[in-house]
Amino acid sequence: MLLTRTLEEKLVSLYRGGLITGGVYIGKGQEAVSVACGLFLQQGDIFAPLIRDQAGRSAFGEPLIDVTRTYLGSRLGPMRGRDGNIHRGHPRKNELAMISHLGAMISVTVGTLMAKRFKGEKNFVGLACIGEGGMQTGSLHEGMNIAAVEQVPLVVVATNNHYAYSTPNDREFACHDLVDRAIGYGFEGYSLDGTDLGTCLDVIGGAVKRARAGRPPQLVVASVLRLSGHGEHDDASYVTEEIKRQPFARDCLKVAEQTIIDLNLVDAETLAEWRKKAAAQVDEAIAAAQKEPAPEGDKEDWCALSTRDLVDSFE
Amino acid sequence: MSITYLEAIREAQAKLLRVDERVFIYGQDVGGTFGGAFKATKGLAKEFPGRVLNTPISEDAIVGTAIGAAIQGMRPIVEMQFADFSSIALNQILNNAGTHYWRTNVPVPITIRLPSGGTKGSGPFHSQSMESIYAHYPGLIVMTPATVEDAYTMLIEAVAIDDPVIYCEHKYLYYHLKADKLPEKGLPTGRARIAREGRDLTIVSYSAMMQESLAAAEELAREGFEAEVVDLRTVKPLDADTVLASVARTGRLLCAGESFPWGGATAEVIARVTSQGFHLLDAAPQRLNAKDTPIPYHPNLWSAHRPNAQNIAAKARALLRE
Repeated sequence: MLLTRTLEEKLVSLYRGGLITGGVYIGKGQEAVSVACGLFLQQGDIFAPLIRDQAGRSAFGEPLIDVTRTYLGSRLGPMRGRDGNIHRGHPRKNELAMISHLGAMISVTVGTLMAKRFKGEKNFVGLACIGEGGMQTGSLHEGMNIAAVEQVPLVVVATNNHYAYSTPNDREFACHDLVDRAIGYGFEGYSLDGTDLGTCLDVIGGAVKRARAGRPPQLVVASVLRLSGHGEHDDASYVTEEIKRQPFARDCLKVAEQTIIDLNLVDAETLAEWRKKAAAQVDEAIAAAQKEPAPEGDKEDWCALSTRDLVDSFE
Repeated sequence: MSITYLEAIREAQAKLLRVDERVFIYGQDVGGTFGGAFKATKGLAKEFPGRVLNTPISEDAIVGTAIGAAIQGMRPIVEMQFADFSSIALNQILNNAGTHYWRTNVPVPITIRLPSGGTKGSGPFHSQSMESIYAHYPGLIVMTPATVEDAYTMLIEAVAIDDPVIYCEHKYLYYHLKADKLPEKGLPTGRARIAREGRDLTIVSYSAMMQESLAAAEELAREGFEAEVVDLRTVKPLDADTVLASVARTGRLLCAGESFPWGGATAEVIARVTSQGFHLLDAAPQRLNAKDTPIPYHPNLWSAHRPNAQNIAAKARALLRE
């Protein structure tokens, strides 16, 4: 969480300084939910993160250099300048590369799990992240339904950060509680306070465990407030003062830090050390990516097929 | 023995399931004892238990699931009940499957079968030809087999290809077209075929319109004109070399396709020939497509909506007079 916050704050300042092209999308306020998504996944599990899941990606094992290379447009990054920011992924390492069209990755995750079952693998799960915005797409609905029909070991973690870009919950859905949809899909559903790390670990950890044990697909709905704009181009001036006073508007990182100090798990000095270490790691990853070559249009391999002899020629 | 275009598609899938354990078939009504709306998978669920799976009416999720399975090493074949319904899955096909290799370096070997084109009485939502839409987007291969033999070998080839393949099978050809036997091997993917030799003009076509073009060529032959008919086989990649070589022999070009007229495969053929072989042309190249309206229901309207042997021949006669 701390590493993610440090990294993303740094990305924001690079963006403001004009050093990042395109958007910067951060998960401020959602790190506790996200980190819990990555932490319980093991070798062989599938992770389908979304745009605010840096914490989950890092917990799943994504190296920091992947992030800085992608944001800074290094040719050596996983997307090689062909796609940017949060669309990165490592499909061969089971970290799926999201597309911007929300809900689309749910059924893709279902397919990866079916493949594992076809191949006779055991003891695997998939975890896909979504927001309450993405929960209103047709694609999400189809994906949830097909997950339950196929009875794959899937956990869907839906973070309700109360805004789809600028649109508040009351223009997003009219049901009492999003978790009520679980029963309609044939999922088991759980709600949680996404600002409390302990609860996130308990509930998401429990859902992963149940999915792994062969229970039906699991839906976890976490409540938080997005503590940033949709992207860094957005000043989020539409977020009301009233909503900022709600309990779910707490900063999960501050809550977690206070909790571990109160419980005497760490002292303030150690925490300061952690912060320093995180900053050093982030600086190192940024400095490394900044030195790397950018892609070049006249040297690019303009080929969208892996079967090279089937590429159409327009020359 | 005689085998239909539809039986060839079923036989290809049976062979694929038999020889490649990575293959499974996913789609609406393909499983059980039913075997698909057109029976293209009849009997396969019984012969290959657990590998021919019925799905909910969820085209987006069907293709999304197939993409995920392909990323994990499977070779899914998706049957869309009708090509028309693949519009629901456009996002997964174009934005997910079509971009995946380019973005991540990991290819997505899925085959999507689209029962395409018109038959009498099918109307606006069960008659469409979608090849031009899919060909427009990067990252996809678009096959349009016009013969029983190609229906068989190209489907087998589609599953072997590491990239997403849109396999447009024509519903009108399902029962109308027959062959004596199935070949072991066909032409390489991406290579067009001279379906009939001729010296007076070149008719470029694919799928059911290739059969109409052959019939038109017969009609023209009775009048003393020899039309060369080029069967594109795949509209993407487009074998412009074979087309250009034919136009070099004949000097005249007519393209016939069943999809709507704005843009599309026939326009692409003419664009390539005029930009790469303008000097080969003795007359302005022509094309025939379906009309620019939704596809009508009534047989009288339907048969006037799409190109057929008669109006292909008429267009050819006009071109020969130029």
